[in-house]
Amino acid sequence: MRTTYHVVVIGGGSTGAALVHDLVLRGFKVTLVERGELTSGTAGRHHGLLHSGGRYAVNDQESAIECIEENIILRKIAPGSFEENDGLFVAITDEDVAYLDKFLAGCETCHIPTRVLTAAQVKRLEPHINPQVKLAVQVPDATMDCWRLPMRFFATAKHNGADIRPYNEVIGMLITAGTVTGVRVRSHVTGQEYDLKADIVVNATGAWAEKVSEMAHARVPVKPTPGVMVAVRGRWCNMVINRLNKPSDGDIIVPQRGLSVIGTTSWTVEDPDRLGLPEDHVRRMFEKGGELIPAVKHAPMRAAWAAARPLIAEGGAQEGRELPRTFKCFDHKVRDGIEGLVTISGGKGTTMRAMAEATANVVCDKLGLDIPCRTKEVVLLPYWAYYQ
Amino acid sequence: MNQHGRFGPTRPITLKILRYKPGFIDPPRYDTFQVQADPLMTVLDALEEIKATADSTLLYRHSCHHASCGTCGMKVNGREQLACVARLVDEGTDEVVVEPLGSAPLVADLVVDMTPFALHMAPSGMALVRDSEFMPEAERPAGVERYTRYEDCIECNICLSACPVANTNPGFIGPAGLAAAYRALVTGERPAAEVFAYVDHDDGVWRCHSAMECSAVCPSDVQPGHKIMALRRELVAYKVKRFFKRG
Repeated sequence: MRTTYHVVVIGGGSTGAALVHDLVLRGFKVTLVERGELTSGTAGRHHGLLHSGGRYAVNDQESAIECIEENIILRKIAPGSFEENDGLFVAITDEDVAYLDKFLAGCETCHIPTRVLTAAQVKRLEPHINPQVKLAVQVPDATMDCWRLPMRFFATAKHNGADIRPYNEVIGMLITAGTVTGVRVRSHVTGQEYDLKADIVVNATGAWAEKVSEMAHARVPVKPTPGVMVAVRGRWCNMVINRLNKPSDGDIIVPQRGLSVIGTTSWTVEDPDRLGLPEDHVRRMFEKGGELIPAVKHAPMRAAWAAARPLIAEGGAQEGRELPRTFKCFDHKVRDGIEGLVTISGGKGTTMRAMAEATANVVCDKLGLDIPCRTKEVVLLPYWAYYQ
Repeated sequence: MNQHGRFGPTRPITLKILRYKPGFIDPPRYDTFQVQADPLMTVLDALEEIKATADSTLLYRHSCHHASCGTCGMKVNGREQLACVARLVDEGTDEVVVEPLGSAPLVADLVVDMTPFALHMAPSGMALVRDSEFMPEAERPAGVERYTRYEDCIECNICLSACPVANTNPGFIGPAGLAAAYRALVTGERPAAEVFAYVDHDDGVWRCHSAMECSAVCPSDVQPGHKIMALRRELVAYKVKRFFKRG
C-alpha cells in the first residue's frame, strides 16, 4: 500500500531508526532529520545490553515484558548482530540470596526463561567471578552494538526509500492555526536553512524531547536522567553479569569485544547537552563492579562517559530509579490541542522496535489509516548497506 | 554539574579545529576554542563542550564514546586517533590541532564520507561476531553452544588515513579491508578461493609497502600490518599448493 502522506521524524537515534524503517514499510514518504551524526545522542552511549527483562521483572513488569518480547524479535530480524552468551544475575551476599524468590516469581510472570545455578557451576562458567558468589540465575541477556544495530534499521529504511539527513537540525516548527505543518531546518553542512512540509511531525529526540516540543509550545514530561558507564580493558566475563537485587548503581557488567563495560548510575539534569561526568560516579563503577568481578577494580580504564536516559516523569514525585523504563507516545492533539505533532519518549535501546511500532500506529490512527506493522518479520539489511 | 576541577587539576588548552562547509566556510580555515581540561578530558569531550557552549554548528562524528563504534576517528596533532579516547593533556601541548581523517572525502568540518571505506570493507566477508578466545577454560551454560564476541576491527578508517600507500592510491583495498579478509580466511567464514580473489591483485595485498603505520595507529589492537603479512604467506602457500596439484 502506498500513501501520499509525508512524515518528518526528528531524531536519528535508535527510536528514529526503527521508526523510519516501520513507516516506509507501511508505505509512507519519510524524511528523518538529525542535528549530528546518527546515534550521536543517547543511543550510541548506551550500555550495550540487550535486556532479557530480568532487571525489571520485580518492580517494573511492563518494561520487563517489553524487553523479553523485543529481545526475541531483534535476534530474529537482526541475525549476527549480538554477542549471544546469555547473562547471569549473581547473588554475592545473603541479602542478594533473599531476593531470589521474588526475582524468579517476577521472571515467571513476565515469561523470562531462567535457570538457577549453584556457586560451583557459576565459577566454572565465569572464572573471574567474585569467589564469594552464592548462586546465580541464567537469563537470555546479550550484548548489542549501539551503532551497528540501529544502522541496520537505517540501512533497510534507506533502501526502501527513506530520506535520512544527518547534520540537519530542526530550528523551528511551522505552525498554521494550531497545526504543525512542518519544520524549519538548518543544514550544518551547507549552512543553509529550509522548510520541510509534513502531514505529521514525530519528535523522536529522547532526552531532547522537551527542547524540541517547546518549539511547538507543546509539553513533554521527559526527565533527562543520565547514568555513568566505565569501560575497562580486558574481557573479564563472557556472559552479561548482573547483581541479583533491585536495580542499583554499578550492578551490571556487559562484556563487549575486548572490553568490559560497568554501569551505571542515575541522576537528573535539566540540559541533556551538559551532563558532565561526576568523578564519584566513575569511582563507584570500579568499586561496585569489583563486587561482581574483583579484577575490574584494577583493570586499566579505557573510557568513562555519561548517557541521558529519556525517562518519563508523569505525575512529578518520582525520580531516577523509581521512574518506569517503559515508553509512551504522546499525541499533542490530545495533550495540548496541537494537531500534527507526535512525541515518542521513554523506553530503552532494547525496545526500539516496539517504540517505533506504537508510534507508527498513532500516526496511522491520526490519518485514519489501517496499515499493519511488518517490522516483526522483515529481516534487516547488514549495517554497511547504509553506505551502498 | 560541570566537568571542571575534577579528576585532578585542570589546565587551559586551545583547540585549533579545521572548519569547512562547502560553499559556506570555503576555503577551509582553522577556528580556535579554549577549554579547561582535566586529566580525563578527551578530544570528544572538548568538542561536545564547544558545540554546547560556543558553536552549535561544529560538525564531527561520534556515537559510543568508548572506542567501540569507530565513528570518531580524526587527526589530533597530526596523528590519527579516536577522539573519544584521546585525552587532551596526554598530547602534552598547550594547543591541540584537530583535523579530519585524510583517507576519505571531506563532508564538512571534521566529518568525512565513509562510503568509499564501507565499499572496500563490505566485500571482505568478515562477520561482526566471532568465537570468543577469552577464558578458554570456561564452561558454557546450557543453551549457549559457543561463546562469541564482536570482531576487534571497528571500521574507523584510521588505518587508511595513516597509510602512506592508501594516501596516494585511492583504489588500494587498504589495511582494514585486508585484515578483515585475513580474518574471514582464518575463521573459515569465507572460502579461501573467494578471499584470495578479493586480495590477489595490484590494489590488494601486494600494494602494501610494510610501512606498518596501520598497526601503530589502530585503536583496537587489530594489527592490520601484521595480518597483511600473514595474508601474503597464506596466499603464497595456497598458490604453491595449487601449482603442485596441477603438476
